[in-house]
Amino acid sequence: MSESGQRPEDASGQEVKTTGHTWDGDLCEYDNPLPRWWLWGFYATVIFSLIYWLLYPAWPVADTFTKGLSRVTFEVDGEERSTHWNSRALLVREMQNSDAAQRQQEFLRVIDDSTLDDVLGNTDKLAFVNSYGQGMFGDFCAACHQTGGAGLMGVYPNLADDNWHWGGEVETIAGTITQGRLGYMPDFRDALDAQQRDAVAAYVLSLAGYEGDAERIARGEEIFQGREGGCYTCHRPDGTGLRSQGAPDLTNDIWSNIDVAGAEDDAARRALISQLVHDGVQREMPAFGDRLSDAEIKVLATYVHQFGGGQ
Amino acid sequence: MKMKHETIETNAGLLVILTLVVISIGGLVEIVPLFYINDTVEEVDGVRPYTPLEQRGRDIYVREGCYNCHSQMVRPFRDEMLRYGHYSLAAESMYDHPFQWGSKRTGPDLARVGGKYSNEWHVRHLIEPKSVVPESIMPGYPWLARRGLAYDDIEQRMRSLRQVGVPYSVNEEEYQANVERFGEQTARMLHIDDARENLEAQARRGNFDGDPSRITEMDAVVAYLQMLGTLVDFSEYDEGYFVEFR
Repeated sequence: MSESGQRPEDASGQEVKTTGHTWDGDLCEYDNPLPRWWLWGFYATVIFSLIYWLLYPAWPVADTFTKGLSRVTFEVDGEERSTHWNSRALLVREMQNSDAAQRQQEFLRVIDDSTLDDVLGNTDKLAFVNSYGQGMFGDFCAACHQTGGAGLMGVYPNLADDNWHWGGEVETIAGTITQGRLGYMPDFRDALDAQQRDAVAAYVLSLAGYEGDAERIARGEEIFQGREGGCYTCHRPDGTGLRSQGAPDLTNDIWSNIDVAGAEDDAARRALISQLVHDGVQREMPAFGDRLSDAEIKVLATYVHQFGGGQ
Repeated sequence: MKMKHETIETNAGLLVILTLVVISIGGLVEIVPLFYINDTVEEVDGVRPYTPLEQRGRDIYVREGCYNCHSQMVRPFRDEMLRYGHYSLAAESMYDHPFQWGSKRTGPDLARVGGKYSNEWHVRHLIEPKSVVPESIMPGYPWLARRGLAYDDIEQRMRSLRQVGVPYSVNEEEYQANVERFGEQTARMLHIDDARENLEAQARRGNFDGDPSRITEMDAVVAYLQMLGTLVDFSEYDEGYFVEFR
């Protein structure tokens, strides 16, 4: 203790117990008991952990661990199953039993049993299709077909117009989503020379209603409808296309690979088509049959059908 | 020596050491059992080590820091299941060194991105993401398509992975073990002596970047992305199966 003789004391002037250490001449340390509330709080956490160990997975024992007494019950194929408490089991239960999940499942069942007209005529069903469909479309489809289904010229077809390569009925759209599609047109870089490709381009333009040099068109028609080009096998002799092959209709002036309608003049239009004939087309849409349930695919197909171009 | 609390309190070095001991016990009790508890890695069919081309793609994925924005871990929550698919299993990253689980999702999770988009889309997207996703803030990686893939050292890379436990085979015995475990087709891809041919063959066959004339870094990255999360066929297991492992 210091010379000044100051001893620690409390408010009432009573001397207080210290730890006995003295630093720097006069610095002492109170030896007060821990506050009661704090001590009881500490005991409570100890008791809590004992109960926790009893109820939940806790301690490793050899090559396994104590699983606890708490159970989670869920269904597998209509059969009730119970397991020790764990977050995976809770998830399975939530996927089956939570309000949101059950309402969603119920709606999916209803849509699965509905025809297109049923859905269109019922605001609840339509609202579900539009909200659930929008979520799925945003995640699975919009990366290529873009928000709203506008597509990307030259690569990903527009889903919002009424031109369909593979068919625009809900069932066909669902089929496309389920299996994916491989769009293929062979290249004609060796089979046709530049002049021949130019002639074919002129003929294709005439199918879509563009004016052009009659002689060139006639030469193009010969190639298109003959063995040299053989274009008629997929695009059909009248140019209206073949959906089983994903061959587009050439007569409607709607173009998904090349921006013909936006080209400046006849020569530019012919150049675009000629280049496409030279390069061929290879497109791939992935299959979603493994990723989405049939009912979800039907919702998605119905949603896409809503874009304005459904048939 | 009699150890009193005062001894610890007045001896900073000792206090540090003993504090570390106490903290380590807490950590060890939580971590160490995972290495010997049977249920840590689920028993599941289909998980295999990466092929040489996929492994190179994975190396580039790490090099470019994709993990800074993309996780590879679908957590067991309903919203994640609905968006990404089945939650990730420990088994699915058992051959990952280092794993790419990540903890930051500026971009979406990629654990199940395999097969979700076409190769052509991945190429376009990696070169200039905004060309297909206008609102994307992901930077472009156009050099992947330009740079030839360096795979002279693929065998050494596989050898070092083998050192840390990935079952790439170096001799007939190990190869046979792989045939038994993964089937012949996969086992052939895991044989280190054939790594270069295997890599070239897969790149040629897959033509991931759309340019068959040469093997680029893009080939490797797309090959890797397209197999992510596709190895386990979840339709083979009922909903209760994976629950038992936790």
